[in-house]
Amino acid sequence: MKKIIKYVMTDILRNRIVLIYTVFLFITSLSMFSLEDNVNKGLLSLLNIILIIVPLVSIIFSTIYVYNSAEFIELLVSQPLRRKSIWLSLFTGLASSLALAFLVGTGIPVLIYQANNIGFMMIAMGILLSIIFVAIAMLAAVKMRDKAKGIGAAILLWLYFTLLFDGLVLFLLFQFADYPLEKPMVGVTALNPVDLGRILILLQMDVSAMMGYTGAVFKDFFGTYTGVMVSFVAMFMWILFPLWSSTRKFNRKDL
Amino acid sequence: MIIATNVTKSFGKLKALDDVSVTCNKGECIALVGPNGSGKTTLVKTILGMVVQDSGFITFNGNNILHHWKYRDQIGYMPQTGRYPDNMTIGHVIDMMKDIRGKEAILDEELFASFDLQSLLNKRMRTLSGGTRQKVSATLAFLFSPAVLILDEPTAGLDPVASEILKEKIRKEKKKGKLVLITSHILSELDDLVTQVIYMQDGKMLFHKNIDELRSETGEEKLNRAIAHFMTKN
Repeated sequence: MKKIIKYVMTDILRNRIVLIYTVFLFITSLSMFSLEDNVNKGLLSLLNIILIIVPLVSIIFSTIYVYNSAEFIELLVSQPLRRKSIWLSLFTGLASSLALAFLVGTGIPVLIYQANNIGFMMIAMGILLSIIFVAIAMLAAVKMRDKAKGIGAAILLWLYFTLLFDGLVLFLLFQFADYPLEKPMVGVTALNPVDLGRILILLQMDVSAMMGYTGAVFKDFFGTYTGVMVSFVAMFMWILFPLWSSTRKFNRKDL
Repeated sequence: MIIATNVTKSFGKLKALDDVSVTCNKGECIALVGPNGSGKTTLVKTILGMVVQDSGFITFNGNNILHHWKYRDQIGYMPQTGRYPDNMTIGHVIDMMKDIRGKEAILDEELFASFDLQSLLNKRMRTLSGGTRQKVSATLAFLFSPAVLILDEPTAGLDPVASEILKEKIRKEKKKGKLVLITSHILSELDDLVTQVIYMQDGKMLFHKNIDELRSETGEEKLNRAIAHFMTKN
């Protein structure tokens, strides 16, 4: 398994896209901090980058990478290797290189300007989101045989998690405005890793007051130690479930 | 050595393999023949575990291949169209395969030398012609001196010289008592190689016969005549 990870990693590094992504993250993060005189404002702008750009790059790059590795996968499958280890190595290679890109690109500037709880939470969320969206991308790629369809599905999934889901939640909130939905909302959040990440970071920043009564409920839940633990577990489920599902599918796939 | 029992595989509505049962033993050189789309490649790929059958099972030395993935280190496979990662060079691909197979295998670099791949070592896979790709595929198939050789259309795309080298190599390996499985629809080139013939059509195995048996039955000396005889009879 180690050998395959090595080949995947060198291939990704040779690809240069991940390198460009790292530089992009580094420059934007640095400029966010130096443009704003208030470090907190810089963090807020950076938050949006983490919640939108990171999932986008992770999901699109991984989907395309899996499709482009079709030959590589085919070559390996006819060799004495377990299918599971081929697939998991591909995941490990992709996830670790994208997480590393984030750690270098955004992690370093954040640690320079904001080496506290907020900063650490931000880095943790960025890394988790990178890995989650690699897992989701691999599920999309293994389900669709057609490349164009697969990339389309990846883009739609990204749209759903970053935009549509919030729209749906807002719609539900307005439709059922007469009912006390604040507590169920906490549960609904777990259905979207991007929202989980956003809330965990915002609560560290103490701006939850801006979120009204729901914010208070969130603070009550996510502000506690168990709340944070539960949301981390939920995020790990977002890695494990797509990964498990795609591995199962890949085990029976015809090449 | 390889026993397939009632293997069935459908791609959507198309039945690529329909209740196929085959037994392949050591020292045999089996030709898998049949028209295009008769399921030859699918059968080969199910034996390799690249295609997962819908029903039936395949055993390799008595172990069900679904659970014993290790058996593939005893197989050298030459695909019909070798597809390799575009940005790797020939050298990279060969090194990677050596790395994956581990050190236990005895390397057989005869084809590597006779195809003169040394001079092409730094060429990227995407720049290669179809024939050179086939040479790489053939080299990789024989490289680890496997007990079983599965060759899918081995000489398609090779020039006459290379094709002769490859056939000579197959003959040599056959003499060593290896199981060789060749699919082809160019029958004339198999004449002096094969000991058995499996004929497939529309996913069904029509017959599995010894070549001498086939010859005496049809009264034809040449393999393609014999097969043609059979096809017109059906």
